[in-house]
Amino acid sequence: MAVVFEKPHALTDVDLHYCPGCTHGIIHRLVAEVIDEMGIEGDTIGVCPVGCSVMAYDYFNCDMIEAAHGRAPAVATGVKRSLPEKFVFTYQGDGDVAAIGTAETVHAASRGENIVIVFVNNTTYGMTGGQMAPTTLPKQVTQTTPFGRDTAVNGFPIRVVEMLATLSGTALAARVAVDTVPHVKEAKKMIRKAFENQKNKTGFSVVEVLSTCPTNWGLSPVDSLTRLQEEMIPYYPLGIYKDVNVRTVREVNA
Amino acid sequence: MTDNILIAGFGGQGILFAGKILVYAGMASGKEVSWLPSYGPEMRGGTCNCSVVISDEPIGSPLVITPDVLIALNTPSLEKFINNVKPGGVVLIDTTMCDAKVTREDVKVFALPATEMADTNDLKGGANIILLGKLLGETKILTEEAFAKAVEKVVPISKPKLRENDMRALTLGMQY
Amino acid sequence: MEKMLMKGNEALAEAAIRAGCKCFFGYPITPQTEVAAYLSRQLPKNGGVFLQAESEVAAINMVYGAAAAGVRTMTSSSSPGISLKAEGISYLCGADLPCVIINVQRGGPGLGGIQPSQADYWQATKALGHGDSRVFVYAPNSVQEMVNLVVIAFDKADEYRVPAMILADGLLGQMMEPVSFPEISANKTEKPWATDGHGNNRPHNIANSLYLKPDVLENSIWERDSRYKQMEMTETMADYYCCDDAEIVVAAYGASSRICKSAVKAARDQGIKAGLFRPVTLFPFPKNELKTACRNAKKVLTVEMSTGQMVEDVKLALECKIPVEFYGRTGGIIPTPDEVLAEIKKLNENKGE
Repeated sequence: MAVVFEKPHALTDVDLHYCPGCTHGIIHRLVAEVIDEMGIEGDTIGVCPVGCSVMAYDYFNCDMIEAAHGRAPAVATGVKRSLPEKFVFTYQGDGDVAAIGTAETVHAASRGENIVIVFVNNTTYGMTGGQMAPTTLPKQVTQTTPFGRDTAVNGFPIRVVEMLATLSGTALAARVAVDTVPHVKEAKKMIRKAFENQKNKTGFSVVEVLSTCPTNWGLSPVDSLTRLQEEMIPYYPLGIYKDVNVRTVREVNA
Repeated sequence: MTDNILIAGFGGQGILFAGKILVYAGMASGKEVSWLPSYGPEMRGGTCNCSVVISDEPIGSPLVITPDVLIALNTPSLEKFINNVKPGGVVLIDTTMCDAKVTREDVKVFALPATEMADTNDLKGGANIILLGKLLGETKILTEEAFAKAVEKVVPISKPKLRENDMRALTLGMQY
Repeated sequence: MEKMLMKGNEALAEAAIRAGCKCFFGYPITPQTEVAAYLSRQLPKNGGVFLQAESEVAAINMVYGAAAAGVRTMTSSSSPGISLKAEGISYLCGADLPCVIINVQRGGPGLGGIQPSQADYWQATKALGHGDSRVFVYAPNSVQEMVNLVVIAFDKADEYRVPAMILADGLLGQMMEPVSFPEISANKTEKPWATDGHGNNRPHNIANSLYLKPDVLENSIWERDSRYKQMEMTETMADYYCCDDAEIVVAAYGASSRICKSAVKAARDQGIKAGLFRPVTLFPFPKNELKTACRNAKKVLTVEMSTGQMVEDVKLALECKIPVEFYGRTGGIIPTPDEVLAEIKKLNENKGE
């Protein structure tokens, strides 16, 4: 019988624990497909975060390290500096990258640390039950912003890749989404580009993936995708904010 | 036999350097030695002192609280430490930098205008070594030969002029 | 072997290189900065990596990454910085990753001061991080021992998969003494658990401290605890001075043990039967060695540069069979031999009580 669909080798057989409709599974798959296609599973070390993807170490077939909350870029730095010829990626959420681990994220980028950060932005702390994240949108209701995020109290969401794009050490800063087939394809292309950068020793690459959290948003999976398109993308526009290999969105627009 | 030596002055007067010369000289003489600097938040100009212990047996406390020898390169240092010197101890004073008088009669005081001597002999900054010279001349704590070996250890071979100056400063002090 | 004069901080940095340390991650803080400064010059020359991290927190997590990757790795700090590293140390313990952590202690709490102190004993030996986690704690008292113990720390950390701390202080870090470097044979410990890429020839390795099922977590903790018990049985180290007939035994470690040695010597000169017991490992604490040292003791005096921390371990080890007194100075003040001698004399006068 012809095989028409199979799981990437870089994913294990362990059942994912993610909620129905959550897009983490897609993003895991994209990373695993890139690892398979580049044939680098045996040379790759992944670092997973604290948050919904905390157990990703069980899902990826390459060697995996579980880091403390926010510290994945520092842990990845330690691995990469020890084993410069190996591939090192982190898989992190918004709280990890942009709140408790902001310093680690920014300084890994500023050092041009030759690693890949796959940054999953779903505008909430999913695992702990849907509290405000650094990327929670203005007026968004969460468990800790029950009347909606009040920017006078809680400040403004952080546009992470725009911020990291300003740093000289950043090779690639891009934002993608996994809400439609074309976007999923584009997301994979960007993750591949990030890993290729690492192979070519180009420097720090971060790919922000706009993702959904139907459970904590209180929406159906389909409505969640609509919210991603109507509320998140306008605030977090998709595109390449920095690519040392080509001209950036801004440069093209200028 | 254990000699507890305290060298004190301002930062920049070569306090720590003089201490290093002493410990290297002690080592060259086959003695046990230790060197402990004071350290503080200031980088320049603050008070500075250095504890040196030279002994025939393994050294306990490297911190010199009651020195057998006090080398004072400024007034505050002399005033601060003079009463801690052991009876029968030795006090060396750079009188160019230090105008305080020693009233204790149970210590041997050697006062010399070390900074002025350094300046007039084209040995700027050499007051510390001139004072060490005086110490060697008066106490025989270490030999001139051990001192020369120490200078070779501490001053890099690429700076022969500095080595020569240190030896000249030593002689000046010994002959004062 | 030719001896050279080195600062304690520099000596332990050089020893780390010779012990095969490949990666150092640190952050500047007085009074340990010479460790980082020395390694920034020397480690790259020896094929290693020196990286100044953006914070203590990042530094210890870089150590976590390098340890997971299977290389010998080290970080160094001073008291307030060690508090910041506590999180990472707990994770290292939880993931059974070996590394060496230097603490050149200064006065606390908070910013405290920058002068020598021994006020981090409890932190180091009881709870360097959260959870049921312990680390080897080695307490050198000379520049030479800074060298020797760094080498042992790397070996034991690898052997037991338990982080090892060198608990020094500002006095030991800043002082210079003659030191020699023994020939060190390269580490032989295999690390089949390392997450260094499976190379398609083994199942994937995972470095992890997360166990959501309580029974699984409990098992992992008891397994680790059995290694701590083994350490207590076979890895204790201690040093004795004049303890054989000592009626007054002074217990002190690190810098204060040197002051106490001077005091004990002075007491002996005055005919007092005094001795010095010096724990070299603080965890595991050398309980049996202490009992041996105190076999003729009528009183024990613990001296620390703190308000009294190790004294509790001394009492526990002696099971309250011998009166244990305490003398301490803290906040950066170093006790003088005369102060300690006065305490010894006091105890000697009342030793029959």
